[in-house]
Amino acid sequence: MLSPNNPVVIAARKLLDVSQATGEVVLLIRRTFSWMVRAPIERNNLLYQMVEMGNRTFPVASLTLVFTGMVVALQTGFSMIRGFNEPLYIGTALGHSIFKELSPVLTGMVFAGRVGAAIAAELGTMKVTEQLDALYTLGTNPVKYLAVPRFIAAITMLPLLVIYADLMGVIGGYIVAMIQLRIPSTEYIDDITNLDLDIVLHGFLKSFFFALIIVAVSCYKGFTTKGGAEGVGKATTAAVVISMVMILISDYFVSAVLVSLGIG
Amino acid sequence: MSEPIIRVAGLQKSFGAKKIHNGISFSLEEGETLTIIGGSGTGKSVLLKQIIGLIKPDSGGIFVEGEDITQLDEDELQKVQKKMGYVFQESALFDSLSVGENVAFGLHTIMDAEKPHALKIARQKLAMVGLSGIEELRPSQLSGGMKKRVGIARAIAMGPEILLYDEPTTGLDPVMTDVISDLILKLKEESGTTAIAVTHDMKSAYKISDKIAMLFEGKILQIGSPDEIQNSSNPIVRQFIAGSSHGPIPVPRV
Repeated sequence: MLSPNNPVVIAARKLLDVSQATGEVVLLIRRTFSWMVRAPIERNNLLYQMVEMGNRTFPVASLTLVFTGMVVALQTGFSMIRGFNEPLYIGTALGHSIFKELSPVLTGMVFAGRVGAAIAAELGTMKVTEQLDALYTLGTNPVKYLAVPRFIAAITMLPLLVIYADLMGVIGGYIVAMIQLRIPSTEYIDDITNLDLDIVLHGFLKSFFFALIIVAVSCYKGFTTKGGAEGVGKATTAAVVISMVMILISDYFVSAVLVSLGIG
Repeated sequence: MSEPIIRVAGLQKSFGAKKIHNGISFSLEEGETLTIIGGSGTGKSVLLKQIIGLIKPDSGGIFVEGEDITQLDEDELQKVQKKMGYVFQESALFDSLSVGENVAFGLHTIMDAEKPHALKIARQKLAMVGLSGIEELRPSQLSGGMKKRVGIARAIAMGPEILLYDEPTTGLDPVMTDVISDLILKLKEESGTTAIAVTHDMKSAYKISDKIAMLFEGKILQIGSPDEIQNSSNPIVRQFIAGSSHGPIPVPRV
């Protein structure tokens, strides 16, 4: 018989925990979607969540994408100058990298840090102060009352924020293209406008999956918080870290599926 | 003989290797108040949470008006829960809502009352617990005693037949403890509600109870009227009600 402290036993236990948690997240998603169709959605609550999520993400996502656009334009421009003596295809390269990858992934990261953390902390606090139990005793299912509006708000707001972040990235690139690389603005704008809509659609569609990951993981971590203030802190950190890692991992697989479908 | 309003039969509950309840049985007639006493960690709150369906027992039955709630699905359980009000130990008021919205919550979400009507009833219930004019405040702006009373107002808002109080007086000063005890008595007299309270506070237990049950090592050690408990010959019950560290109840050595 192996001792409980044996590394193999510990690894096996961890694997079981992860499998169980994954199953429970999937169940939570299923229950949330089932409540979405079964019960009317409280419009005020949903609107409040959407405004909160937008407000939380908007400033940091703007700053992140403007500077990302600037650095992409700078790196592409100077690489082109070294290779071809002039800054070619700045808008095209920037459009591909920002629209398809950087905007959805970085906005997703910001969303996980700002919104995911807030969801896990709020629901976790409600759990440890018995507010979730109180909801049950008042005949209200916490999934219906708390998870449903957060799921809908996240799945709506992140894609919109990604479109907005795309624009911020383009503006950042434009600033560098004009001031530092000195390329004509029409050339930069033509590069961008000549891109296929598929490129934008690729990043836009990915953001739905990222939103689902963030909101499902954060709600799950909040609902399963244990152990007072320390537990809330752990749940919040775990929600953010797991969401970010899952975004990066799923990015590859979702991108592969979208590319195989001819989107982007 | 009619079925008691609450009947608990052979309840067993464990958390991991720790056995919390090992065959708990009791019954309660309509309009009676039962107080459950017992040391910390003996599973008093777990028992209340099982009665309202927040925690599922491992085995045994909990019959509310003859219906075994341990066998009900989520929707059916919710119907039974509407007959009950639960007062939480730490009040568990919703931070994101005002006091008025907290009290009106169940009326608005379950009873489908229009919000202004629900808030009107909430004002009446708050007045019943001696808290008029605080509807707009947030729970964080209230004192401990006020939170307890708002918790009671929220629990009685939907006119439940059964009220469950989880340590309603813990953490309050002696005067406020008596205010809450009087309030529990007043609610019983005015609406004839059946109640189960969990408490450590013997003064409050004697005042509000028709029956007192002592929980010890997963079982009901003794159940009887306040007089019977006060004059119990059981050394464990005697030690507990006397609040002594000397006796058969195992206590940590300091």
